[in-house]
Amino acid sequence: MARGPWTVTGPWAPSQSAESIRRRYISSALVLAAFLLPLFVLTILVGEPDKYFHQAHGFVTQWVANKGGPDWIGSAILIAVPCMVVLTLIQVLPIFLVWWEMKIAAHIQVRLGPMRVGRFHGVLQTIADGIKLLLKEDLVPAGADRWVHFVAPIVAVAPALVCFAPIPLGHAGLAPVGLDVGLLFVLGVSGLSVIGLLMAGWGSNNKYSMLGGLRAAAQVVSYEIPRVISLLPVVMWAGSLQLGEIMMKQSGAWAGFLPKWFIFYPIVGQISFIIYLISSIAETNRTPFDIAEAESELTSGFHTEYSGMKWAMFFMAEYAYMFLACALGAVLFLGGGNPLHSSLGFIPSYVWFFGKTFFLAFLFIWIRWTYPRLRVDRLMEFCWKFLLPWSLANVAVAGFLFLLRMR
Amino acid sequence: MLSGPSFETKMERVSETEMLLNMGPQHPSTHGVLRVVLKLDGEVVTGAAMDLGYLHRGVEKLAENRTYGQFTILTDRDDYLCAMLNNWSYALAVEKLLKVEIPQRAEYLRVIVGELNRIASHLLFIGTFGIDIGAFTPFLYAFGREREMILDLFEQLCGARITYNYVRIGGVSNDVPDGWVEKARKFVAHMRNCLKEYDDLLSYNPIFMDRTKGIGVLKKEMAISYGVTGPNLRASGVPMDLRKDAPYGIYSKFQFTAAVRQNGDCWDRYMVRRDEIAESCSILDQALEGLVAGEIMGKVPKANLRPPAGESYAQLEGARGVLGVYIVSDGGLSPYRLHLRAPSFINLAMLQDMLKGWKVADVVAILGSIDIVLGEVDR
Repeated sequence: MARGPWTVTGPWAPSQSAESIRRRYISSALVLAAFLLPLFVLTILVGEPDKYFHQAHGFVTQWVANKGGPDWIGSAILIAVPCMVVLTLIQVLPIFLVWWEMKIAAHIQVRLGPMRVGRFHGVLQTIADGIKLLLKEDLVPAGADRWVHFVAPIVAVAPALVCFAPIPLGHAGLAPVGLDVGLLFVLGVSGLSVIGLLMAGWGSNNKYSMLGGLRAAAQVVSYEIPRVISLLPVVMWAGSLQLGEIMMKQSGAWAGFLPKWFIFYPIVGQISFIIYLISSIAETNRTPFDIAEAESELTSGFHTEYSGMKWAMFFMAEYAYMFLACALGAVLFLGGGNPLHSSLGFIPSYVWFFGKTFFLAFLFIWIRWTYPRLRVDRLMEFCWKFLLPWSLANVAVAGFLFLLRMR
Repeated sequence: MLSGPSFETKMERVSETEMLLNMGPQHPSTHGVLRVVLKLDGEVVTGAAMDLGYLHRGVEKLAENRTYGQFTILTDRDDYLCAMLNNWSYALAVEKLLKVEIPQRAEYLRVIVGELNRIASHLLFIGTFGIDIGAFTPFLYAFGREREMILDLFEQLCGARITYNYVRIGGVSNDVPDGWVEKARKFVAHMRNCLKEYDDLLSYNPIFMDRTKGIGVLKKEMAISYGVTGPNLRASGVPMDLRKDAPYGIYSKFQFTAAVRQNGDCWDRYMVRRDEIAESCSILDQALEGLVAGEIMGKVPKANLRPPAGESYAQLEGARGVLGVYIVSDGGLSPYRLHLRAPSFINLAMLQDMLKGWKVADVVAILGSIDIVLGEVDR
């Protein structure tokens, strides 16, 4: 870490000659390459995972039929395995996302972040944190509404898990559930979490929590509107609410190089994307819209009185929603599993999907660690007086453009 | 839960639609152990009462049982963010009693460490004010990078990073080590560049300006009637700076202007401090240039220091306002009575009136912009 134009001398001074810094960078790059390159080659060799799944599924079904077993086992596998995939994803992704955020935040703030746990740049830090949270005492404040206090984190996290069902994690076949009204489902269910935040605020018997819960409710409900309206042009143009289909429509390229992703559609695409990005940040309660937590004002807002795993569930819900917003943004605006160029099609679609998603996550984190927080009333004004009119105008322009194209 | 006077009675009565919110003493934004009890109507503050004294250590009383030299270390603990200036103000008061001559080199060193410490204090303000508004990153730039460099300089100079005990009665304790002046010059150049960075990141950030412009306006008349001094007063358009108006030490030798802003809102209070860093940089340039060789300690007895009976009051421009020390001596080994004019304490008094009508989020901004140090408020 650079500490200024001179090096610090003294018993605690870290060794930071230019040579040692260069050595550290080179060794880090080598370790990364040693891990990532074989992994990358392996993913390319293996290709899309769903064909193996269908092969295995066919084999098992055949085997069960030969043995004279019941035929519902085949369909049970078709339901159970994608469910397990989604659940595992939601458990594992926050672990990675938190580390990702810690490291990015640290480097934005001229520090290093976790460096010890897991030998390489603190990769196992979040697992250590998770174990710590598991072992922590679960405190319920005196005078709290015990049941509301207990149920709130569950209500907050459950919709986050369900929301991932229709998201295609790559090409259209990689959606755990190919729901026809996928987009509507995701937007509808994700709005339910706010009930959990409100319950947490109400049940904690704490004034800060209550203010935080009320703020969260007002904010999430308001920002839902421009968020949904900003997605209307995508739906109008794709003519479908099924996420896989919307994604498939974005394959191909204009003039051979510019991918047909929705973000590259003139005017409409960019405005939609920006409004979606802003209102998604607000939906996930992150800075500059983190008034529900607002550390410097409300200590921690609605989860002030939570500890241990209950707190971790709020945390998980927050990161799951952040990932959901990024995944949805990737599918709707950045072409989901479609490659940047057809010549790069040999890279499996889920690599593209996760790459785009983590790029959007990086944007979220970058914004969070750059901007101050808006005030609660200005936040509402921004939503109702700026985002909403612009998103409505955007829908009108989009309708006009699509009408022109149909002519 | 409530000890001492009941806040319900202190703030007339809490109606059915209002609620009392205890902000502090354990709250991330009260910068220590200040307790503000807010009466809220929704999110709008309709009344505020303050509870002080959580950090009271009886420094002024302790002075009566210590020799003059021993008390210097307690002034460090008073306003721990600009301990050099505290040392200096106390030394000024005792020197007034003793009527001793201070060597020129010591005067220059005092100005250098004083201005460096003023910058360090304002850097901490910029960082913590950013956190109050919700921007975490500027804190790690100002506090974790630039202020750290100043502390490194002080560590090389006197071995301590927070409580220096550097400015002594009659001079300063140590001369600068080799290469120190060069490092200080490098720091000043670095600091000037960093100010541009803060401007890009924080000062002119639209959200930051939205949160601070026009918020918590302190009118000129109100500031004067409350006895507000320092950057808070200058932000309200009163160009009062003791370094200009009543120069102490060798400040009359330097060319600089007192940073003044006109509106008296949170943004102006922030910008005055930001401008003062630039002014301090130019004073530092001149002082480092003019640093003369010579003694660093005047003719003051090392032990058995007995100032003649009488009283003295000395004041200087601290990082938070006029920092005054009043000493009554009876000719003995320790002061008969000592009083500190703590600028944070006097600046804080206006808070109860300022908070009314603003939102909870603004309370944090206003409290942060006044820049108090609880060690000095409670003493």
